[in-house]
Amino acid sequence: MVKLSINGTVHDVDVEQDTPLLWVLRDVLGMTGTKFGCGVAQCGACTVHLDGTPVRSCQTAVGDVGDMAIVTIEGIGATPAGAKVQKAWMDLQVAQCGYCQSGQIMSAAALLAQTPAPNDADIDAAMAGNICRCGTYVRIREGVKHAASLT
Amino acid sequence: MDKHLSTPGTSRRDVLRGLACGGLLLAVDLPLGRLAVAGENAPAVFAPDAFIRIAGDGTATLIMPQVEMGQGIYTAMTMLIAEELDLPLGAVRLEAAPASDALYGNPIFKIQATGGSTSVRAYWTPMRKAGAAARAMLVEAAAKRWQVAPASCETRDGTVLHTASGRSLPYGDLAAAAARLTPPADPPLKDPKTFRLLGKTQTRLDIEAKGNGSAKYGIDAMPPGVKFATLASCPVPGGKVKSVDDAQARAVPGVRQVVVLDDLVAVVGDHMWAAKKGLDKLAIVWDEGPNATLSTDSLRAAMHEAAKQPGVVVKSEGADAQPGAPGVISASYELPFLAHAPMEPMNCTVHLRPGACDVWTGTQVMTKAQAMAAQAAGLKPEQVTVHNHLLGGGFGRRLEVDMIDKAVRVAAHVDGPVKVVWTREEDIQKAMYRSTYGSWLSAKLENGKPVAWRHTVVGPSVIARWLPPAFTGGIDIDAIDGASDQPYAVGGFHVEYVRHEPQGVPTCFWRGVGPNNTVFSVESFIDRLARETKSDPLEYRRALLGANPRALQVLNTAAERAGWATPLPPAAGGRVGRGICLQTVFGSYLATIAEVAVRDDGEVQVRRLVTAVDCGMVVNPDGVVSQIQGGLVFGLSAALHGQITFEKGRVQQSNFHDYRVVRIDEMPAVEVHLVPSTEAPGGIGEPGTTTVQPAVANAIYAATGVQLTRMPIDRTLLAKGGRT
Ligand code: FES
Ligand code: FES
Repeated sequence: MVKLSINGTVHDVDVEQDTPLLWVLRDVLGMTGTKFGCGVAQCGACTVHLDGTPVRSCQTAVGDVGDMAIVTIEGIGATPAGAKVQKAWMDLQVAQCGYCQSGQIMSAAALLAQTPAPNDADIDAAMAGNICRCGTYVRIREGVKHAASLT
Repeated sequence: MDKHLSTPGTSRRDVLRGLACGGLLLAVDLPLGRLAVAGENAPAVFAPDAFIRIAGDGTATLIMPQVEMGQGIYTAMTMLIAEELDLPLGAVRLEAAPASDALYGNPIFKIQATGGSTSVRAYWTPMRKAGAAARAMLVEAAAKRWQVAPASCETRDGTVLHTASGRSLPYGDLAAAAARLTPPADPPLKDPKTFRLLGKTQTRLDIEAKGNGSAKYGIDAMPPGVKFATLASCPVPGGKVKSVDDAQARAVPGVRQVVVLDDLVAVVGDHMWAAKKGLDKLAIVWDEGPNATLSTDSLRAAMHEAAKQPGVVVKSEGADAQPGAPGVISASYELPFLAHAPMEPMNCTVHLRPGACDVWTGTQVMTKAQAMAAQAAGLKPEQVTVHNHLLGGGFGRRLEVDMIDKAVRVAAHVDGPVKVVWTREEDIQKAMYRSTYGSWLSAKLENGKPVAWRHTVVGPSVIARWLPPAFTGGIDIDAIDGASDQPYAVGGFHVEYVRHEPQGVPTCFWRGVGPNNTVFSVESFIDRLARETKSDPLEYRRALLGANPRALQVLNTAAERAGWATPLPPAAGGRVGRGICLQTVFGSYLATIAEVAVRDDGEVQVRRLVTAVDCGMVVNPDGVVSQIQGGLVFGLSAALHGQITFEKGRVQQSNFHDYRVVRIDEMPAVEVHLVPSTEAPGGIGEPGTTTVQPAVANAIYAATGVQLTRMPIDRTLLAKGGRT
């Protein structure tokens, strides 16, 4: 049994300690907002926050999470930075297929929480781990800046 | 959950149930003569030939024949209907259409398929007519009730109004009465000058769900009791399973079952991790079959061999430009194999039981998916229900149904529903691919201008397999698109097609399709001709566009916005240049100007892409900009990184570290300029992609003096002092 605090709710899950958080979220708990894209920390689709830090859940064993607070796309709107990013993403119509956008929003929210007024280099550094095959990068960049400007 | 998107899998039964409680089911006059009439006595009122449903409570549901894979078509289709129906966009519910070519076949393909940048072109008129017919019936119903002339009524925001008497009725109150009326045969359409929605940017209807994790893709399907599987097909295409030792796999906690089929092995578990660990522990011996010696070199040599054969004549007009003849300039261009790598890996969830099969997936081809599942399950198509979902990227990969075939065959051995998810490695290595294509071009110049032009296109025919009725006379209309109708005045004009299927490699469509090859080669060759005549590439093109004002206009717009005439700022330690691409494919006109900086070591930075677009009348302008932006990035990934290579019959790339796609830190500045137009709508999903490779290659020439004739960019050719 592993105890996980996800978006403020504690879940007991019966999985092996080495199971990546991604599959616990998606397949065991049915929280499918967090996406599988590559499985090897190359695409960022699976990004969640552990105590506010963005991590790739495909590479995060549940046994290593301990009592750190997990926040996923389903819960990020409850954080100030997350709410701003979600609003900015709507304002700028960022999503196309949308499949990568959970991860993009999680990475962007973590960036804004750390760096309230990021410049282009900050955005590159924080977001280069998130692939968007639809090519929404122009709007992702604008979206981060727009989110930073929201009060 | 987004308020617009209903739960995927809403069945036709639900639609009929909606009807039974007083809804209006409206049949639509598609231009193919497939008109079903919903009249008082006509049983067609219960025929599921419909795009619009208005329930007694006023709920408006639109059935989407085209699938949403990021291109914004749910929003565009809804706008087309809502414009004529005077329906507020905020109030509609959208449902994915069930499988039926008869009801939901794309008017261009005649089958239920979304691709080829056809949706708006195919549905611009039918969807507006659907809305207009529904509106006319609602007006008629209201007019009858009020005993007034229909012409004295207006419609606004889901309500019929009779201003003279100050009366109004919401559509829902009129639905039952309207359902008993006969739809008008040819309802008048609005004058475009009075459009309220069309041509004005609207918020995407799927945008909210795509920002909070609630949007459901095929991979998110969770039928009760579902198990999770992942699979390995033979690493060599066409190979078979020889033997499997699964002892260690079965010992993995959470592994439930190992399914061994003729051509693949699947591990079924309590979750993907158990299945994946199990798969990694299998010892599989493959019979690799006849393709075990394939290599990129052997495949390429075979294409060059094929190019020497005479092709099927597509066009033959006037003077010829035979390669090798005096004064004839010749060049050839090649593209590599590519994977699609949509962000949502291939997946399909299946529940197969005696006499019935449910399939949850995201597909661009509903009826092909249904037929494939039926064939794999040994059922009739009508025994298969496909629950379509949002697609986490299509790009042509989901025009294929191999992932459905495999999942159904695995499910045949599993009790209860099973979700089969491919690893990214499987997705890249055991895929269907964009094929290599080649173009051989020649031109004869007089006074600097072409007086004869010859273009031979060499590549497979995906059409012949995918849409056989469209493959006639040995000509693949997709492969030659952009060659047989290039925009320039070139004198004598000869186009041939050599069908060459690469041995063993399954090929399919890829965003941009045939014009990836034809536009790359034509636009590279035009630059070459400009150089031969020491002309400016912009002026050279302009001089050949006298008969093509729309092409000229996008070219001029792009040149002006890009500042073609102004010198480029230098790059530290680098060579800089601009390059042009002009194209007129998919019914749209695009010109792109790329700015590149090439470092001494050959590394290329694309700094800016400026694209001017005339795609005729526009449904959702911001949606067009978004599609072009995305298409440019897709093309840029191909130019900078994209290639699938083979060695010993195996694909050498496996995941995003070695099958690279563009990331945000490689992004150029991107500018998209829409040129206003009242012409018929053109496609916008593909053209952004095809415009990039030639613009970048031509810019690299301007920077370095090296003309790249193959993609992706070979840095070794561009390094200072590198091989030439
Ligand atoms: S799925 Fe975790 S980074 Fe791609
Ligand atoms: S929106 Fe489709 S992958 Fe990013």
